[in-house]
Amino acid sequence: MREFTDGSAAIVRGALEAGCTFFAGYPITPASPILMQMLRELPKVGGVAIQAEDEIASIGMCIGATLAGARAMTASSGPGLSLYSENIGLAIIGEVPLVIVDVQRLGPATGGATTVGQGDVQFARWGTAGGYPVIVLAPSSVSECHAITRRAFDLAERFRCPVLILADKELNLTTNTVDIAGYEAPPVRARGVLPAGEAPYRYLPAGDVAPIGQFGGDALIRFTGSTHDERAFITKAPDKVAAMNEHLRAKIEDHAEEIELVVADLDAGATTLFISYGVTAGSMREAVRTLRAGGQRVSALTILSLWPLPERALRAAFEGVTHIVVAELNHGQYRREIERLARSAAVSGIHRVDGELIAPGQFEAAFASVEATA
Amino acid sequence: MSEPTTITTLASYRNETPYPFCPGCGHHAILDHLSDGLMALKLDPRQVVIVSDIGCSGLSDQYFDTSAFHGLHGRSITYATGVKLARPDLKVIVIMGDGGTGIGGAHLLSAARRNIGLTVLVFNNFNFGMTGGQHSTTTPPGAITSTTPGGSMERPLDICATVAANGAGYVWRGTNFDKDLSERIAEAVRAECFALLDIWELCTAYYVPKNKASRKTLTTIMNDLQMQSGLLHRAEHPEYAAAYHAAAAPMRGTPLPVPWPIEPRFAATLERPFQLIVAGSAGGKVLSSARLVGEAALLSGLWAAQRDDYPITVKSGHSVAELVLSPRAIDYTGIDQPDAMVLLSRDGVAKVGRQLAAMQPDGHVFAVPEVADVQTRARVHLIEPARAPLKLGAGRLSLFCVARALKILGILPMGALEAAAQLHPSERTGEILETIRIGAA
Repeated sequence: MREFTDGSAAIVRGALEAGCTFFAGYPITPASPILMQMLRELPKVGGVAIQAEDEIASIGMCIGATLAGARAMTASSGPGLSLYSENIGLAIIGEVPLVIVDVQRLGPATGGATTVGQGDVQFARWGTAGGYPVIVLAPSSVSECHAITRRAFDLAERFRCPVLILADKELNLTTNTVDIAGYEAPPVRARGVLPAGEAPYRYLPAGDVAPIGQFGGDALIRFTGSTHDERAFITKAPDKVAAMNEHLRAKIEDHAEEIELVVADLDAGATTLFISYGVTAGSMREAVRTLRAGGQRVSALTILSLWPLPERALRAAFEGVTHIVVAELNHGQYRREIERLARSAAVSGIHRVDGELIAPGQFEAAFASVEATA
Repeated sequence: MSEPTTITTLASYRNETPYPFCPGCGHHAILDHLSDGLMALKLDPRQVVIVSDIGCSGLSDQYFDTSAFHGLHGRSITYATGVKLARPDLKVIVIMGDGGTGIGGAHLLSAARRNIGLTVLVFNNFNFGMTGGQHSTTTPPGAITSTTPGGSMERPLDICATVAANGAGYVWRGTNFDKDLSERIAEAVRAECFALLDIWELCTAYYVPKNKASRKTLTTIMNDLQMQSGLLHRAEHPEYAAAYHAAAAPMRGTPLPVPWPIEPRFAATLERPFQLIVAGSAGGKVLSSARLVGEAALLSGLWAAQRDDYPITVKSGHSVAELVLSPRAIDYTGIDQPDAMVLLSRDGVAKVGRQLAAMQPDGHVFAVPEVADVQTRARVHLIEPARAPLKLGAGRLSLFCVARALKILGILPMGALEAAAQLHPSERTGEILETIRIGAA
């Protein structure tokens, strides 16, 4: 059985299933449908949804609510992600599980309000001062919008960190047909409970994550955006500060393989590999079908976990490949990561920044051009 | 959410760490009053959350045996709002400086308008004590700071008047020297509303030496600015967090959204993806007509995707729906070379010019007389709504033409379009069915 729906509804349903109890957001196309639906749905589960005065307040309320026991999500687009920036850093240093949906549109600034873009890929990773890692996931279909949202809530709890979902205008606002039996429901872990009297932070061994404390429980809980010790008292002691910062790095980067999520559609006999993510990966799938129907051999890798970089899956996909084509709706933001890793293959890109989708025909043309030079 | 099992009130809400503030700084006295106020309230410290801002006052939470949140500059009210919304039973106290009322002005205003149950203590010493004594929203006229070397030229913000005029439930102004400060803090917390205490004090590191300020100066400035002290405002608006949860309570347990299956009941013979564009004007029900086509496709065992496009001024200009109908899942929702177009207005035609130019001779364009002169290689079918058996208003034109186009194209059973119209019964269903039938006739 199939339904006629869109990515916004799929994200909302994924969040509700994952146990989301708090949402704060500010109107912006193409993310507003998520705000409006969460406002309608959360009261049904005893949760709270609110339209805040701006995006800074939206994410601030989410962080506060999380410390009071909620599981929170906010959603915006590029301009709002810009305003989230400083608080993303707060969620990183304070180790706050939080899901942030960026329904990308063409930028910079107001940009193509509202046409499709994938220009926030590096911004999502590096979008706050300090350079510390976050987790960034990208669904490539309406059905994946649902599964990825569940996964985002799970990873947020696992690593006590902000998890960004990079969706886009096309996935979220275009109605598509979904095979209902194909909705996946990855498990979402419950929030850990901090035993009374235990410190709300743990730095050693680096990457070990303590359960988050909760205001109004059996113990007093402290939270700070300054460098702090395990009990959240501000400290500048170099050994303590180094341990905290190393922990923030290690808990994500040293667990990249646990976070890694890709769809590898590899043909061992192919020498050309397409790599894409988000809505552009849909065009890639169409092109691969057409090429294979025409007897061509080609491999395709859809990246669902953009950050941390899924290096293991990438290296596996690079095996036997001489040409890699990276397709994205920007000037080559993810291509630079592929170029950095793929030392033995030639890397080229398909890029589009005119507010239109990359068409399957562009993949086919790139394939023809690569094969012609081979 | 676990509730505390036993209630323990403390002899003092201060811990043993000495304050770090400069000699003579007003923060000492205010925090002692806060501790006394909490003692008077006999609150379980686990039910108290102190949310501090940035600035010297932002250090304050560390000297209290309560729960605490120290966030970003100007945003303390947003975190406090999140805490209060998630746990309305907690007592949430915000400590911010005058600086926070500037950078976080929108939050101050919004929290007041909501009358959300926070107690906000503004440690107001007219300058940024942590960063070198720069001027703030409350620097008095003519005052010398490191960024107003010739004297401040800005009108100071009347914090109290602002929040009082915009929904706050409790507003008080005074100084750190006021003996009743702890009582006022307790009163404000007890009031369970947006309560703000604008507490004037002296920054002995910067403001005092630069402006020869003293305790007496505080009174002089108040008089000069005609900013009164004492309890300035009391109002009984509903408190937001409690009101929200009360309003939401009856909705509790209402079913959450689930996938909404459309069961195939018709057979379609489409063998490849078919791209259809419906282009008209705002108010013409273009998008809802297209949605019926998409649902009709699902009812026929096909897959469909629909992308809508309209200007931000939703009631004017073009309204365009791009539909892909396909015998298999649709991974690419773009339309580069339409198989058919339904053109309903000049606005619509202007929007789809590029795709119209890409059409092939085997494509079909269905045009109303207004746009029948359209230049295209595709075959043009004129649709004349004026010759319909009844007069069609603007709201029925698009569906009439879409039904006519589908009938000619033969890509979907017309019964599926009628069945789609009945998926969402409304008072318009009869009219919609009638429009489809005369369109297909």
